[in-house]
Amino acid sequence: MSTMSNKSSWTSRVRSATLDKFEPEDLLPDHQPAYVASWIYIFGVATIAALIMLIASGLYLTLEGPAWWHTSSVGHYVNSVHLWSVELFFVFMVVHLWGKFWMAAWRGRRLATWITGCLAFFASIITGFTGYIIQTNFDSQWIATQAKDGFNAVGIGAFFNTLNTGQAILLHVSLLPLVLGAIVLWHVILVRRRGVVPPIDEAGE
Amino acid sequence: MRHKLSSVDPSKKWSGPLREYDLVKEIVVAVVVVGFLALSLAALFSSPDEKALTMQSWSIQAPADFVQTAASELAGTTTSASYGPPYNNNGSGQNIGPINPAKISGITIPIDPAKSFVIEPLAIEPDSTTKSAIAVWSLASSKQEITWASAYSDALTKDGKALALADPTGAYGPVPTLVTALYSMAQSGALDGALTTSDTTLPTNFTKPLLFLADSGTYFPDKAAAQHLSGDQWGVMNETGSWPGQSWLWLYSLWYQIEPFKSSGNADILVMSLMGVLSLGLIFLPLLPIISRIPYWIPVHRLIWRKWYQRKS
Repeated sequence: MSTMSNKSSWTSRVRSATLDKFEPEDLLPDHQPAYVASWIYIFGVATIAALIMLIASGLYLTLEGPAWWHTSSVGHYVNSVHLWSVELFFVFMVVHLWGKFWMAAWRGRRLATWITGCLAFFASIITGFTGYIIQTNFDSQWIATQAKDGFNAVGIGAFFNTLNTGQAILLHVSLLPLVLGAIVLWHVILVRRRGVVPPIDEAGE
Repeated sequence: MRHKLSSVDPSKKWSGPLREYDLVKEIVVAVVVVGFLALSLAALFSSPDEKALTMQSWSIQAPADFVQTAASELAGTTTSASYGPPYNNNGSGQNIGPINPAKISGITIPIDPAKSFVIEPLAIEPDSTTKSAIAVWSLASSKQEITWASAYSDALTKDGKALALADPTGAYGPVPTLVTALYSMAQSGALDGALTTSDTTLPTNFTKPLLFLADSGTYFPDKAAAQHLSGDQWGVMNETGSWPGQSWLWLYSLWYQIEPFKSSGNADILVMSLMGVLSLGLIFLPLLPIISRIPYWIPVHRLIWRKWYQRKS
């Protein structure tokens, strides 16, 4: 296999900046440091699992349209799965976030991992919010009319109108999942790149 | 003297003891377990679906509130009528210090409540009495319009229950005819369509009916209060019924419950700005001098890594 690399090639540069940074065992590890043995590590992967359930149930709802779940018992159940996946997603993510705080998991050049995790949290809140205002029921009417004041006050309402259901639907099912997915992917890649942060040494402080 | 935080350099690849691990198996098991949890919770607890309110339901269930709000829209005294950007120039928006972001962003969703919620929907009515009333209203000066509508709005509010009032002196001009026609239109269900189709024939934008509904004096807020959704009931983080809602918005909702935000005319911009600062604080927490040291002072990590520490000791 050739190891030749053309430094002027854009492809080579991208490969050097991405794939060359990883060993195969970094991306798909079958061993971890011995200290990676705690219940807290479950919540990162549980968050990803809830996100997968969210996307799956959301895609089902997308295929049938925004009002389907009001008239179909199957639709109502799929909507319920979507709702409870959201609730689980946030519970897991918040526990994961607290865990990383108490582990001071930003140590060792892991600041970007922390930041992307926080960005994923905020992107999730915005995505979740748009989901709540596209329910096309009383809940969505009230939340949209109340929340508009906050967005209008800071000038965002001029561009994101919570009362424009069509705009909110498109944001919720296209742009925001893409943004959230990209941040989560970036976060996971950083976790794999830097590895799991080692324990704070008991003799340290 | 600043002590070393760890006996190993956390930025270096781990060269200590390892344990077996199976990433793919972990993901598959997590999806199966979390999937089972989500499917079970959905089967057990379902999800709320309180039917949406309409102009028709409003006019039937709270007719006095509907006609009072319609008259107030013509008088320019509703929340929408005096809102300001992004809807109109009738209000100033909220400030934080000298900064008014709403004004800077400008009017991008033009709404003139009298025109948008009353006159334009009525314009599609074929009734000649209504057409005459619209013509009289449109030819009058703004001052005259306000005088008529304010007098009628005040009289309806004072009465409290009336759906229409006689006008022997002509003090209300065409307003009673307009309000009564809008009320009839709402009762028939035609107003719901008219409000959403005034800009496009296949609507996905419900700004007009929702703004009009939000101007309701009792119907909309009472329904929300009954479902513990009012601002003083922690508002948007709740959901109808006993479902958990957006509990992650608890901190955002908290500020609206306490002073100085609770009674401030600039509460929204103050809370949004505060949440923006706190969010930045979370993002850059590792760089904050005191907060980033808390995990070292309160050793929760001793619990998290207890097996590792036991092994070392």
